[in-house]
Amino acid sequence: MKFGVIRFPGSCDEVDAQLACQRVGEAVILWHGDRDLQGVDAVVVPGGFSYGDYLRVGAIARFAPVMEEVAEFAHAGGIVLGICNGFQVLCEAGLLPGALLPNTSLRFIFRQVELEVASADSPFTGTCSPGERLSIPVKHTTGRFYAPDEQLTQLEGNDQVLLRYAPGQNPNGSLRDIAGVCNEGRNVFGLMPHPEHAVDPLTGPTGGMPIFESIRAHVADHALVQ
Amino acid sequence: MRARVLVTPKAGILDPQGQAVERALPALGFTGVRNVHVGRLIELDVEDPGSLPEMCQRLLTNPLIEDYVVESVESPGRDPIGGSAGGAESPGGDSIGSSPGRTPGAVTLPSGVAEVPNPS
Repeated sequence: MKFGVIRFPGSCDEVDAQLACQRVGEAVILWHGDRDLQGVDAVVVPGGFSYGDYLRVGAIARFAPVMEEVAEFAHAGGIVLGICNGFQVLCEAGLLPGALLPNTSLRFIFRQVELEVASADSPFTGTCSPGERLSIPVKHTTGRFYAPDEQLTQLEGNDQVLLRYAPGQNPNGSLRDIAGVCNEGRNVFGLMPHPEHAVDPLTGPTGGMPIFESIRAHVADHALVQ
Repeated sequence: MRARVLVTPKAGILDPQGQAVERALPALGFTGVRNVHVGRLIELDVEDPGSLPEMCQRLLTNPLIEDYVVESVESPGRDPIGGSAGGAESPGGDSIGSSPGRTPGAVTLPSGVAEVPNPS
């Protein structure tokens, strides 16, 4: 399979994301100003500080030319993964519910966190078991997941919360310990932790690998069905 | 037209910046201060003021988490303490739009406040 990783001005995790994707398939970098997704099977919107985080995190990046293509791809059922700043961009673009607010501590946080798989029924967690723990680092200032109360209940009812911070691990004040959510169609997923930084045993835990392996498995199954 | 967009966190959303400021003020002897919220100010010259609400909802604010008030500014060089936060009632400032359900700023500063010299 082929991944496309977007590079915005200010992205900084696109190379790690590309390397992580390359552990399970091919991966190319997609420039923010291009409208061509190059026939990829899945898009990764990576971490960083797209457009300098000016105005609000993700607010300007969502209007990048490539994002129009990503929106079209997502609406057609294409697999889209947003990591950290990519999660913020997808929320601003309306492709994911909710918004990310400054951490309650108002500090930049950089640490390893334990996550729990809240739902394994998705293209992003399909190879995991519900309740499985993944150890993945977070590094952000604006990672407090917020949605109005009734929307949170709706997200939980629809099984759209895929990852939660394990008890006592919530680093940023995210409501209901939500670390990652998907859209109603379950083909767009955003999370604040960085799975692409947790794929190489040389540098620590490999809790990020199941995310990429799940996407590969999903795309392979989907190709067989077709 | 010169416009000013005041953006504030939506009521009910935890605002740690506002809380930090609220906790800092008593340390300087300012008591009786509550409900501090820290927002953002955007000023812009705009040919079509009618487009401001859409600008606010599509880019300048995130309506899920922020409220806004749009005001016109007659002359940009006005006394910043007097401000135009008074909305329709303040001299030179007309409130021309705001988040749905939000009352455009009806804050009128006591006359003495504008005469306090800026400590900086």
